[in-house]
Amino acid sequence: MAYPADFKYTKEHEWIKVEGNTGTIGITDHAQAALGDIVFVELPKVGAELKAGSSFGTVESVKAVSDLFAPVSGTVTEINADLATSPEKVNSDAHTAWMVKVNLKNPSEVNGLLSSTDYDKFVAEEK
Amino acid sequence: MAPTEVAAPRKTALNATHRQMGARMVDFAGWDMPVEYPPHGDRKAGGLIAEHMAVRNSVGIFDVSHMGDIRVHGPEALAAIQRMTMNDASKLSIGQCQYSALLYPEGTFVDDVIVHRLGENDYLLVINAGTREKDVNWVVGQADGFNCRVDNLSDNYTQIAIQGPNGVKVLQKLTDTDLSQVKFYWFTHGTVCGLPNTLIARTGYTAEDGFEIYVPADEATSARVWNEVMEAGKEFNVLPCGLGARNTLRLEGKLPLYGHEISESITVWEAGLDRFLKMDKGEFVGRTALAEQKEEGIRRTLIGLENIDRGIPRDGYKVFDLAGKEIGAVTSGSPAPFLKKNVALAYVPVELSASDTELNVEIRGQMVKCKVIPTPFYKRPKKA
Repeated sequence: MAYPADFKYTKEHEWIKVEGNTGTIGITDHAQAALGDIVFVELPKVGAELKAGSSFGTVESVKAVSDLFAPVSGTVTEINADLATSPEKVNSDAHTAWMVKVNLKNPSEVNGLLSSTDYDKFVAEEK
Repeated sequence: MAPTEVAAPRKTALNATHRQMGARMVDFAGWDMPVEYPPHGDRKAGGLIAEHMAVRNSVGIFDVSHMGDIRVHGPEALAAIQRMTMNDASKLSIGQCQYSALLYPEGTFVDDVIVHRLGENDYLLVINAGTREKDVNWVVGQADGFNCRVDNLSDNYTQIAIQGPNGVKVLQKLTDTDLSQVKFYWFTHGTVCGLPNTLIARTGYTAEDGFEIYVPADEATSARVWNEVMEAGKEFNVLPCGLGARNTLRLEGKLPLYGHEISESITVWEAGLDRFLKMDKGEFVGRTALAEQKEEGIRRTLIGLENIDRGIPRDGYKVFDLAGKEIGAVTSGSPAPFLKKNVALAYVPVELSASDTELNVEIRGQMVKCKVIPTPFYKRPKKA
């Protein structure tokens, strides 16, 4: 699975796509594969404040619970309510099954994230 | 070499086969084992839920070679087995198996075992991976003074479990033994994949019909048998299954897991396994303590829970009464793929164990309401 070049990535395996002042956040294909069948996604409410590097929710597979870490700071403007009833969409296409959209508090934080090439390398080294 | 170096995980003879099939491997009790087999190559289905459903609806196969095997044989083998296990092995016919347990004098668990009666004074104990060395030492110690031999055969066999309603059809293609004559919890010896005298037991750990076969532990033979079972199972959409599905299958059926529902600090009465405890068979290790405990009565018992509120209770999560008092802990908890709900087993005070009792499980700081439900969560349908 190729990692989209217009996304940025964290070492905790989240992706973020930035358009204007809005960041769309999800987990990577590598993360969904490592978790296995995803059965539950717990997301913050619209209006919640995310802090870069802090947990903002959880994703659970049959076997494991994993924290979601915010790639950037910002205010949640939208959540993907679809995942409440169809969490398996994260398995079938992790790079379109977004979790939250945020209004970026400090857009320069994005510069500290990994490019798709760097993330690909990071994942290869982790194996 | 640093003296603190951790021992490399042990591998079964099928390790390379699992990796070729794209298995995701994990360390389990010191063994490098497949946890699940995501879709890979020509195999379009896979992953824990698909594996679980394959076993419930058709057939799945597991490498369970990490389990141990101890043979006890000789003139006083039965007497030794009777002394070290809780069930009544004198009731076993040759070719029959029995669920039982090795107990400490306190009436708690060394391990649970399946006792197979191989011959007149010849028994095979199949034991858990995580307790192999402890069990072997325990059995050797308990057999001391009896005129019998204890052989640790754990490394001699590759043990493959073929589980699910179509398991019998798959295995029948690979053997000339008439499997319809082998009842549940019985075994026979026959030629499987051209290997004569193979132990074929109608046993398993999935709460489903199925077989476990014991073949020589060399890599080439093990891989050949595994691949032949996969090939024979193709028409039934067989899936290779990992420890993930093994755990959810056994949880739905309330089959205990050592270190969770049974341990050195949990008694037979508490675990609710007294239907396998034969207090009247004569003296055995643990009997005196168990008799006293029966007099006193038990304080905690193993119950089943399902959620009322959203959340997944998992192993180790704390259980509270509705007033907020901590009363116990979840021993095993997980989404149950066949039942399509989240279930958990937990030890709670007897007075809070009745069906429909509402309790809270603490999930990451939140109280999540659950209720006590009857167990096992899943029972396989009786044949028509």
